[in-house]
Amino acid sequence: MYTNQINTRLLYPSFEYFEPATLEETVGLLAKYGEQATILAGGTDLFIKMKQGLIDPKVIIRIKQPSFIEEKPDGFHIGAATKFRTIEKSERITSKFPALLEAVRLIGSVQIRYMATLGGNLCNASPAADTAPPLLVAGAQVKIVGSRGTRTVALKDFFLGPGKTVLSKSELLTEVHIPMFQERTGTAFIRLSRASMDIAKISIAVLLQLDETKKITLAKIALGSVAPTPILTNKASEILTGKALTTETLNRAANTVAEEIRPITDIRGTAEYRKDVSHVIARDAIEVAHKRAKEN
Amino acid sequence: MTAKRTIRFTINGVRRKLDVEPNDLLMNCIRDQLHLTGTKYVCGIGECGACTVLLNGDPVLSCLTLALDADGKEIVTIEGIGENDRLDKVQQAFVDEGAVQCGYCIPGLIMMTESLLKENPTPTENEVRDYLRGNLCRCTGYMNVLRAITKAAAGGKNPT
Repeated sequence: MYTNQINTRLLYPSFEYFEPATLEETVGLLAKYGEQATILAGGTDLFIKMKQGLIDPKVIIRIKQPSFIEEKPDGFHIGAATKFRTIEKSERITSKFPALLEAVRLIGSVQIRYMATLGGNLCNASPAADTAPPLLVAGAQVKIVGSRGTRTVALKDFFLGPGKTVLSKSELLTEVHIPMFQERTGTAFIRLSRASMDIAKISIAVLLQLDETKKITLAKIALGSVAPTPILTNKASEILTGKALTTETLNRAANTVAEEIRPITDIRGTAEYRKDVSHVIARDAIEVAHKRAKEN
Repeated sequence: MTAKRTIRFTINGVRRKLDVEPNDLLMNCIRDQLHLTGTKYVCGIGECGACTVLLNGDPVLSCLTLALDADGKEIVTIEGIGENDRLDKVQQAFVDEGAVQCGYCIPGLIMMTESLLKENPTPTENEVRDYLRGNLCRCTGYMNVLRAITKAAAGGKNPT
């Protein structure tokens, strides 16, 4: 037994390792090993947890694919094994979806972003996952493949709790679909953390869609690190929808965000702090998204 | 536990073949099997950047990379920077600006600087700070490092 021993220099030879060449083979291995198996993508979370003795997987299944970014009429499709650095450098996606760029650029360090994958960030299901709020406001869907076939799940229904998703032990996340943005749509992402490499104390993403008269036709607000999963808020979005953005609606929506969230106190910040700053970052993010929507 | 596998790669321009276990980390293969000890082990959990090497040109943390991942690839470590006894412009700028104190973080910082200047030959100060935010210096000699990188970016001259 190697658990509870901390030696960050090496990985103990306590696992069987597979590097399947195809998706079918991966699904077959997942079906065979089930609970014992863990998927390895970039390794920047998995190996750290293994070194720290937090987990001790018996079987590791390595995936390097699918890694791609495609722009289709229905929006962007990103392979789950696509590395953050690739997303960051894809001007097609970052120019249309600045909130995603803002989130990705805050993840870890440059080295980490050359290693870590989008699918890994989502499947770890951290309440603080930086890519979750922007993808939630964009209405992203994820493609899941398992031995019983393929299914598509809205990202808002994907997370169940810290570290928990709707994925069964024999399923694999393969693709993230970001629906095409309409005209006059703007997005923004803001995160607060102690230092730049730290995990978020609180994060927020906003998407606003305007009509020709600058009236808001669609408003979505999502937050990280304020609940067991990244969440979409409803009441603040309702306040914004159907109106032009005035100081009054902006303040009311931002204050409603603070009322809607139920953060906890943890090592990174207190519940009071999170509530207090939430309306400030909400106001800033709404304003930036609004400005971008007017320019698009 | 699992059988050894043979990997083939190029390191600092030299073709090598190694037998590795699936749990072997690239950092340990470089240090213990190839005896290239310029690549440093510090935190082991992706916080400090001391183990940074270039894998097919990409800066990665060798303490969180499987040796198997190097199969068929090109690795550059700090030993591959400069030629014999001649320092390259980044190394020379670090020397000139007194950027090296205890020296333990320097191989990682140099590898990141090489990568930065390849991606962006004329970085702003903020771009330098952002690119190197994953490299910690326990001596806290960051200002001299920053000056050295600015100098290296200006072709080895102190920008006026």
